[in-house]
Amino acid sequence: MKARVFVSFKSTVLDPQGQTICSKLHDLGYPAIADVRQGKFFDIALAAGTSAEQARRDIEIIAQDVLANPVIEEYRVEILD
Amino acid sequence: MSAAAIPPDLIAQHQITPGEYDKIVSILGREPSYTELGIFSVMWSEHCSYKSSRLHLKKLPTRGKLVVQGPGENAGIIDIGGGYVIAFKIESHNHPSFIEPFQGAATGVGGILRDIFTMGARPIAVLDSLRFGRMDDPASGKRNRRILGGVVSGIAHYGNCFGVPTVGGECIFESCYDGNPLVNVFALGVCKKEDVFYAKASGVGNPVIYVGARTGRDGIHGASMASAEFTEESKQKRPNVQVGDPFLEKLLLEACIEAMHTGAIVGIQDMGAAGLTCSTCEMGSRGEVGVEIELDRVPQRETGMTPYEIMLSESQERMLLVADKGREEEVFRVFRKWGLEAVEIGVVTGDGKLRVKQRGNIVAEIPNRELADEAPLYDRPHTQPMRRVPLQAPPLPAPNVEQALLDLVASADLCSKRWIWEQYDYLVRSSTVAGPGAEAAIIRIKETGTSIAMSLDGNGRYCYLSPREGAMLAVAESCRNLSTVGALPVAATNCLNFGNPERPEIMAQLVEAIEGMSEACRFFDTPITGGNVSLYNETLGEGIYPTPVLGIVGLMKTAAPAGIAFRNPGRAVMLLGGIGAADDTRLGGTQYAKVIVKQLWGLPPALDLDLEKRVQDAIRDIVNQDLAESAHDLSDGGLAVTLAECAFGPAGIGARLDLDSDLRPDLLLFHEGPSRVLLSTAQPERVAALAERHGVAATVVGVTIEREIEIRQRGNRLGRWDIAQLQAAFDRALETHVR
Amino acid sequence: MTFGVIVFPGSNRDHDAAYAVANVLGQKAEFIWHDSTSLGAVDAVILPGGFSYGDYLRCGAIAKFSPVMTAVKKFAGDGGLVLGICNGFQILVEAGLLPGALIRNRGLQFICREVQLRPGTTDSPFTCLARKDRTYRVPIAHGEGCYFADERTLDELEAEDRIAFRYVGNPNGSVRDIAGVLNRERNVMGLMPHPEDATEPLMGSCDGLVVFQSMLSVAVRA
Repeated sequence: MKARVFVSFKSTVLDPQGQTICSKLHDLGYPAIADVRQGKFFDIALAAGTSAEQARRDIEIIAQDVLANPVIEEYRVEILD
Repeated sequence: MSAAAIPPDLIAQHQITPGEYDKIVSILGREPSYTELGIFSVMWSEHCSYKSSRLHLKKLPTRGKLVVQGPGENAGIIDIGGGYVIAFKIESHNHPSFIEPFQGAATGVGGILRDIFTMGARPIAVLDSLRFGRMDDPASGKRNRRILGGVVSGIAHYGNCFGVPTVGGECIFESCYDGNPLVNVFALGVCKKEDVFYAKASGVGNPVIYVGARTGRDGIHGASMASAEFTEESKQKRPNVQVGDPFLEKLLLEACIEAMHTGAIVGIQDMGAAGLTCSTCEMGSRGEVGVEIELDRVPQRETGMTPYEIMLSESQERMLLVADKGREEEVFRVFRKWGLEAVEIGVVTGDGKLRVKQRGNIVAEIPNRELADEAPLYDRPHTQPMRRVPLQAPPLPAPNVEQALLDLVASADLCSKRWIWEQYDYLVRSSTVAGPGAEAAIIRIKETGTSIAMSLDGNGRYCYLSPREGAMLAVAESCRNLSTVGALPVAATNCLNFGNPERPEIMAQLVEAIEGMSEACRFFDTPITGGNVSLYNETLGEGIYPTPVLGIVGLMKTAAPAGIAFRNPGRAVMLLGGIGAADDTRLGGTQYAKVIVKQLWGLPPALDLDLEKRVQDAIRDIVNQDLAESAHDLSDGGLAVTLAECAFGPAGIGARLDLDSDLRPDLLLFHEGPSRVLLSTAQPERVAALAERHGVAATVVGVTIEREIEIRQRGNRLGRWDIAQLQAAFDRALETHVR
Repeated sequence: MTFGVIVFPGSNRDHDAAYAVANVLGQKAEFIWHDSTSLGAVDAVILPGGFSYGDYLRCGAIAKFSPVMTAVKKFAGDGGLVLGICNGFQILVEAGLLPGALIRNRGLQFICREVQLRPGTTDSPFTCLARKDRTYRVPIAHGEGCYFADERTLDELEAEDRIAFRYVGNPNGSVRDIAGVLNRERNVMGLMPHPEDATEPLMGSCDGLVVFQSMLSVAVRA
């Protein structure tokens, strides 16, 4: 089983990276791009036999405490199999 | 405008006292609107108004023949000759750095850099004074290490990308900074004398232009947060953390300087604490004019922002400027070139009011001068400075000086800070003559052939024992650092980090520290040209040590400094200023007391201002006449630690000393009496003669040798150390502590 | 000799490079704004250090789209000397003018320190005055300076004698200690360390001068 955790700035927090990329995309001739938010994701492999429930519980905690900085970032957990 | 009366709990939430509220009502002649209350609350916060400290700050010397601009502007300005000036200031970002260490420290760097280039000066150096809780504390050590790591990478992230060298500073660990780290950032910039700009609006009818980042809900109430003690509730303030964009700031720097050169700009101010509010009313107040703005024109990052939020937002990387009417296009053209947004949001008026409109309706209307300059002023009661340690020394352990020196060089405060400063780009601009780890940072001004030496100093332990003497010692040490590299100290900036001023014993610390600093700055002729006060540095009722941090700048001819490290064997080692006097009481604030005895007591080292000045004049002459191969002042850790540091150079040269003194070995080697410099020279007679001319003792205490350090007292060996072993402990300690 | 120094938004060692060329080497330095479509009459081009576009996305990834890069590619294609330092090196690899990539330092931290370099070849316009029997003290200042390329590329670089400089005591985890590489035609060099910051005694070392002096000697001969 695998889990994927997406981490990005909260929507209310300024994302300089995303903003810089967005404005360059406009320069490059993509006026249709309205906004870019940059984030990252973590692919986490779980040991065989881990239950989906257990995995979700652990990964939620890991995402909250380790992978994301709750002061400025939000996260989303996906459990893949 | 009509507004309903504001409920008392909302007023209290804005940290406005009932008395202050009455004053607001009398200034306006009516009840304030919610937006106006917010505006008053930030402008009258401790952070912006200095309401508790202003009365005492007036005691500081602020004038001097080189001072072009003293306190009251974004930065102080000093004439360095050759048609050039420097602008510099130190500022704290303590509270934001506790809440989010990386962004807190990064935006701290961003804020002070804007203060410098707002004056028209290009930033050329940054130094940081940092205080953290102990890394080895069983309960809080992990968090303290995380804060340290975050702060250091935040400073590196911002400064490195912006392209300003971070060339020095200090970093100290004490339990009292556990829930309240100190992040004080000093920045210095240079420009031609005629290119200085002021944050003053003028010319009725001139357009008011907003440039830089869009406004979001960042840091709303940051300025009032920086003025309140931390409680459990402050965690709820977290979503307001600002995120810095050093790339945008770099563009803003280049664009502002280019725009200033068009001649079309009348005045300019950055939007820092209290954002749009502070910049509009301060520029208006300084120029004795009014400013009217329309909020719908303010570039916004988020939708549905209220006037309150727009006025109080602390989004970073924004500037407000006033241009000459009819020449706006010249300004816009420059900002377009740099890909930056520049929008006319208002106009300078003749009625002296800050008028804020939204969709044509007035949402706030306040007389500028009263808002900016008539903030409440408190003469807070002050008693005896808080002090909960004995005057008398505890029973001291039998000195084991060999082990003590090993322990001291590996202690958190004294060990090499290379792990920190290698993360900073200290070389960009190719003007760094002396960087981190040196006696003082030195940056050359390529245009003039002069160099600027800079040093930050502050000792919370000394100040806790005696705020007055501690502050004087900080001034003395900072000046001594500069003199030891051959520079003449000329001006200073201060960052006053204290606890809750509403407690009389804390207020007393502040008052005494200011008075001590004032006396010493007068004595050394280093006027204070600006700075910052950070109060309420307490968490859950636990205050920090009083920590005034001094940043002093000196001028020198551009030349390679002697350096602190011994370079050749067989040279005379001399102690300028003598062995000094010390007793058990005066040992209580030293690193020996902290690391070896593990207690705090007594008084800080005794300072004799006259002697200090003579020693400084002597060492300046000695190094400027190229008589010393190395020179290092004595400070934390005393003679033994200083000697060890002199031995940590690339040449691996140590020394054999024989000291003629009655002092007990622990006092002799580790007392921190000031007014002393350790130097090595091939010309001891000439050094002695020159010192004598200044009325200073310069005794030969030993000779440089290879590979080791040995110290004797009247022939008896006190200790012997292998340099490689000592240096390994010194070099590796921080990394070991951090991990 | 005229050196064109390209200025991208976020370049911050552009002035260091110009100072080394003009004040130390005694040649001419001209700044070229990234928006420019022509390089003018320059004899060599320097892509300086810094954080072009904040190094957001990836270092050099956005700068490669700057209009000036088309001119730089043409200039390089015509045999002109192009030196990319630090961020300039990152831009050159992103733009495909040099092989490999520069990734996060092994220790994950930005490192500013003096390092020792040994020339990998003296057969290039950037190293022709260097000596292989000595090392050169030059500073590094980067967070993403770990050189990476696949084994085949590395073997090819070595076989073709295209490794310009190697670290003595690898500071950042670069494969095969690579600090700088050349293109196949040997007229484009990327270098992570900063030779421009080691050109005067006051900077602590003059060892970086050899790069600029080499370029000058080639230009004078031509």
